[in-house]
Amino acid sequence: MSSFFEFVGRVARFGFRVIVDAFRPPLELKQLWSQIEEAGSRSLPLVAASGLALGVVMTLHTRNTLVTFGAEAAIPKVQSVGFFVEIGPLLVALLVAGRVGAGIGAVLANMRATEQIDAIEALSIDSFKYLVVPRVLACVVVLPLLTVFMDFSGMFGGFLSEYALSHVSARLYITRAFTNLDLANFIPPTLKTAVFGFIIGTISSFFGYTTNEGAEGVGRAATNSVVLSSLVIILVDILLVRCIFLLFPESAI
Amino acid sequence: MNAQAQVAIMLDHVSKSFGEKHVLRDISLEIRHGEAVCILGRSGTGKSVTLKLIISLLRPDAGHIRIDGDDITQLEGEHLSAMRRKMGFLFQNAALFDSVNLHDNLALPLERLTNKSKNEIEEIIDRVLGEVGLSADTRTMPVELSGGMRKRAGLARAMVLNPEILLVDEPSSGLDAITASEIDDLLLRQKVQQGTTMVIVTHDLRGARRLGDRFAVLDRGSFIAFGALSELKDHENEMVRRLVAEG
Repeated sequence: MSSFFEFVGRVARFGFRVIVDAFRPPLELKQLWSQIEEAGSRSLPLVAASGLALGVVMTLHTRNTLVTFGAEAAIPKVQSVGFFVEIGPLLVALLVAGRVGAGIGAVLANMRATEQIDAIEALSIDSFKYLVVPRVLACVVVLPLLTVFMDFSGMFGGFLSEYALSHVSARLYITRAFTNLDLANFIPPTLKTAVFGFIIGTISSFFGYTTNEGAEGVGRAATNSVVLSSLVIILVDILLVRCIFLLFPESAI
Repeated sequence: MNAQAQVAIMLDHVSKSFGEKHVLRDISLEIRHGEAVCILGRSGTGKSVTLKLIISLLRPDAGHIRIDGDDITQLEGEHLSAMRRKMGFLFQNAALFDSVNLHDNLALPLERLTNKSKNEIEEIIDRVLGEVGLSADTRTMPVELSGGMRKRAGLARAMVLNPEILLVDEPSSGLDAITASEIDDLLLRQKVQQGTTMVIVTHDLRGARRLGDRFAVLDRGSFIAFGALSELKDHENEMVRRLVAEG
């Protein structure tokens, strides 16, 4: 049990160092931009395709029940609320944890195993600030942006599915989807993914940066990054949803 | 110049353990400015650890390491960075940054640690890559380089800031005799032309004979011999005599 708390303490200290170093010059903008490209634009096809497919599937699942109760008109609203409030943010976080988190863990562990991190230190460059901080910040920045893409891909998938089944017009679908939808249903859940980004970046970097198991540690760092990031995201999501309800009571549906 | 001022690197009763494993036990060594000291010994005796202690990539459990009289074991942050700038490190597998090309491997320290203009940086990179025979490979990624080329590229990066001290970990490991000799030539030229102080960890006695002024033999975490080759030939320890006689 004590080793568990020791581990949690080490990860927390690692995360705290990220926050402190993020405000310390130099800002590593070149590295940050390169990581945003890696984590963001390269995740975009995965996010868009997943959103589209899930949008179609979700409409197929909910349609029969809603039609049974004569609530066919509520299908777009169910879709928008489902995606904006929970499915979009959580699914993006889990997808990015899988794609980007594993990558961060593996890359940093490989750099440790091949002495590249030692080489950076030997060149008088702060390896933590150069390698870890931009990766975590990139995750914080791209998660909300990817969530917006996921939300709208899901909506588009839902529309395609609904159009195929009922030939609903795009205008009517959008009107039904966004009527009575508050900004509080969209902005706080989207912004909470910045916290998920911090979790993914910090945990993945922690496993990669601190490994000392050579080549074997590379695979282990990648696996641990995905597993722990995903678990922590789901647990922290419970807390964040409670916080959003407290701060924005109107968002409670 | 007094004797103290002549000393570039001083290891003073240094010990280092990893868990239960005692890697270095109370070692002491003095390396003078401009000389090349080769550290010889069997695998796993702590040779590479010694280099990493000198540049403070590892911290000793006991003892002090002085670079030009300053105790590097007590330095942190900017002071440690300033001290490291005096040193270059050629890693055993070169440790090139594999996500960027050769040019960017060399540009990184120049952009980060100097105030040189872009043109000056380009000139330095061209010159240093030319010296190690890699002028045609500036845009090549490290993964595309052969073992010998990687080593030369690693040496170019270690030399790009023109360090006073060069730490070299196994310069000939994994290389054929001709390529290893080419690396030795480059190190020898750096030593003679720039007067660079060198600490070279090696198994290759032939190369060590060409480069080294003095030789330290490490065995089970302790220096069992230190001196010129002529002195070690008649050393009382049989292992030292055998090691020196090889090659």
